[in-house]
Amino acid sequence: MLVTEQERLRDDLVKMTDRFGRDRSALMPILQELMRTRYHISEYSMQVIADLLDIHPVEVSSVVSFYSFLEDKQRGQFVIRLCRTIACDMSGEGNVARQLVNDLGIEFGGTTPDGKFTLGWANCLGMCDQGPAMLVNEKIYTQVTPEKVHSILEECRSTFGVHATVDKERC
Amino acid sequence: MSDELLPHGHPTRAPASQRGRTAEVLEHAKALGKQIEVTIDGRAITVPLGTTILESAQQLGIRIPTLCYHQDLCLAGVCRICVVEVEGQRALQASCSYPITAPIHVKTHTPAVRKARRHILDLMLANHYGECYTCNRNGNCELQSLAEEYGVDYFRFGRMEKPRYEIDLSSHALVRDMNKCVLCRRCVRTCIDLQEVGVLEAIDRGNRIKIATFGDKPLSDVVCINCGQCINRCPTGALRANDNTDEVWQAIDDPTKHVVIQTAPSPRAGIGECFGLPPGQPMTFRMNTALRYCGFDKVFDTNFAADLTIIEEGTELLLRLKAAMANDECRMMNDESALQHPERSQSQSIHNSSFINHNFPVPLPQFTSCSPGWVKFAEHFYPEYLDHVSTCKSPQQMFGALLKTFYAEKTGVNPRDIVTVALMPCSAKKFECNRPEMCASGYKDIDYGLTTRELAKMIREVGVDLPNMPKSDFDDPFGTATGSGVIFGVTGGVMESAIRTVFELVTGKKVENLFDHAEVVPVRGFEGIRYAELPIVEVGPVPAIISHLFKDWNWLKGATLKVAVAHGTANAKRVMEDIKAGGKFSECHFIEFMACPGGCLGGGGQPIPTSPEIRAARAKAIYDEDRSYTIRKSHENPALLQVYADFLTDGPCGHRSHKLLHTHYTPRGKYIA
Ligand code: SF4
Ligand code: SF4
Ligand code: SF4
Ligand code: FES
Ligand code: FES
Repeated sequence: MLVTEQERLRDDLVKMTDRFGRDRSALMPILQELMRTRYHISEYSMQVIADLLDIHPVEVSSVVSFYSFLEDKQRGQFVIRLCRTIACDMSGEGNVARQLVNDLGIEFGGTTPDGKFTLGWANCLGMCDQGPAMLVNEKIYTQVTPEKVHSILEECRSTFGVHATVDKERC
Repeated sequence: MSDELLPHGHPTRAPASQRGRTAEVLEHAKALGKQIEVTIDGRAITVPLGTTILESAQQLGIRIPTLCYHQDLCLAGVCRICVVEVEGQRALQASCSYPITAPIHVKTHTPAVRKARRHILDLMLANHYGECYTCNRNGNCELQSLAEEYGVDYFRFGRMEKPRYEIDLSSHALVRDMNKCVLCRRCVRTCIDLQEVGVLEAIDRGNRIKIATFGDKPLSDVVCINCGQCINRCPTGALRANDNTDEVWQAIDDPTKHVVIQTAPSPRAGIGECFGLPPGQPMTFRMNTALRYCGFDKVFDTNFAADLTIIEEGTELLLRLKAAMANDECRMMNDESALQHPERSQSQSIHNSSFINHNFPVPLPQFTSCSPGWVKFAEHFYPEYLDHVSTCKSPQQMFGALLKTFYAEKTGVNPRDIVTVALMPCSAKKFECNRPEMCASGYKDIDYGLTTRELAKMIREVGVDLPNMPKSDFDDPFGTATGSGVIFGVTGGVMESAIRTVFELVTGKKVENLFDHAEVVPVRGFEGIRYAELPIVEVGPVPAIISHLFKDWNWLKGATLKVAVAHGTANAKRVMEDIKAGGKFSECHFIEFMACPGGCLGGGGQPIPTSPEIRAARAKAIYDEDRSYTIRKSHENPALLQVYADFLTDGPCGHRSHKLLHTHYTPRGKYIA
């Protein structure tokens, strides 16, 4: 039987509601889970979620638009967010930024063509004493140097194999 | 803050959909019975625990300015214009959302308070594309009056020189100009909590925040039902109805055009408010004179078409009931097992008496179709129930179809030269008259829909002071309608009219025997959902007007007609969910739905502001008008009977009526691509 991507997405979301509940308060965990597994929240999924939680799609989109860590546009599998606040800036964030741009071949705000990395900024991550600080998905790296950038990216690329088994189809 | 301490009627914003899901006033801390004394501006008052500072001040007659607060809506507390000083607290407090739980001392107009309010206003104005003289709300704008009240005489923080957002003109009913939005979120709370349609929300955050639709799509592409309730509650000109007055003036000024207007009952009960009168002053006959003064060639009464609707919709209901009954009998005959299973045949007879048959479904209950907001709501959210919606057009559209056929024939005016205008309390009517299927006459049945507010402007433009106009009657051939038509304007009115007529057609007895003065009290009132049962004890002969459809009424003898009324789409949703779940409303035979709270009198085209008191006053005006008519039942309307005799010769629900007066619906669904 042919299962369309939309049907598969709907099934996944139903499973998520089994796990997180059908209460309005299940919205955030579901959105976060969706970001983890599909790297973005499509308009279709917003409507399905609204339907399942008995709220309005526009409320879901309001929440998604509020949080920078929730996105309605497709982003890379790894989102790198480099802290640009003053302490990190003073401890050499500029060099790290340049290294990232060089290594990934994209500007800040961009995503690599293979859909692996998205590069962006963050504001203070609370690691000011150990700057420059950088967030890769949910993992924090401190005292990052241009040299370390390479190994961090390699680490990501190697976890890719593991992640590859996770459903990474987009819709 | 625990739930018990919330001021009454104001469920907090977030969990509204998680609560009992009623649109009704919630239980209040007042139930706890505790009283508390507060002092506001040196005056003491004892209030129930949990009352807000704002409510207490209002009781003392002290005015505190508000902007995001609205009586019909849950609290938001976002604009801060209502700040006051609470003794012993360092920061100023928002009085609209401060429930009193201790004996506090409040000062409402100290220098610090006044300065803060002025600052807040200055900040709002800095982000407001103000152009008052070209603004729809000039003279009736809460922001404008606050600026005046607080003596704003320059733009302390600068101002928006250029519009930032494109105006959304996509909808036939509404115009959204977010350059004038002050982010009070009244529209959000209206659409999500009051109406439960869910079109508008705040998108993004910080200085990029704005009120938007799902995916920031044009209003015409989302689930907006055009009810206009958000317009009525917006304090500024950010939301307004799509104004057609220019086109109407153009038609009036064109000598080749024959411009006719029909007026619905609700605008008459409301329009006085636009001329400084207190709510609830009926202006029906003065308005007729004013309309002629404006240049309309003929002034007709929409109630004529409302009476027509009752005949058509009542007949449709009787036909459905009969079909359901016939199915039952047919099943009884074929179903041998009924004999072997006496318990089933018993349940069958229960079904018989309630006309519901689940094996041969005749769509029952029948839903009313005169509220275009409700119709679109059903098309979006309950498309699987569209065959329950009466096929009758709304009175506005029925009238339009008749004007460009029957009336054109009778007067010899070429229908191409007739311009039909409808004065409605409603913004959804603007959408309705533009539905592609609404051209049964071969022309656009209704050319323009005007709201009460728009007409008030037209009347003012010709220099007429409405309250001092002499009275004059409606034009023939449609004459003055009946009291039944008039009460269409208030929630329960369609049901009451239908009951008056159906009851008399079936029993041959006066409805007055059952209800004093023909006032069907059980379906009246403002309770969100109402339910009534009407036993048909005896039946009479079938009246001539429908004798081609029914031989006798014996099949109705001893039956109990179950009806319900819901107003506001939040309540409609309650009823629909109950029907889906097979609850008590699924056993009803006829249900009236109105999209707007209070029915048409609370429509999105009615004068601003709106509140429960204003709506109650308008309802009273409508019921008074009903009482003042000598003919109060649709089937006794002489002009109507004439139309059936001369034009709709094959009777109610006949071929011609089907072509002109009935319609079909579009399942839209709620998913947006
Ligand atoms: S919304 Fe009010 S303040 Fe703004 S331009 Fe219109 S009338 Fe003036
Ligand atoms: S018109 Fe009604 S449905 Fe449309 S946005 Fe306004 S409140 Fe919501
Ligand atoms: S559109 Fe009107 S009601 Fe809605 S937030 Fe803006 S000012 Fe308030
Ligand atoms: S400034 Fe970078 S973590 Fe605080
Ligand atoms: S009216 Fe109180 S915060 Fe807006």
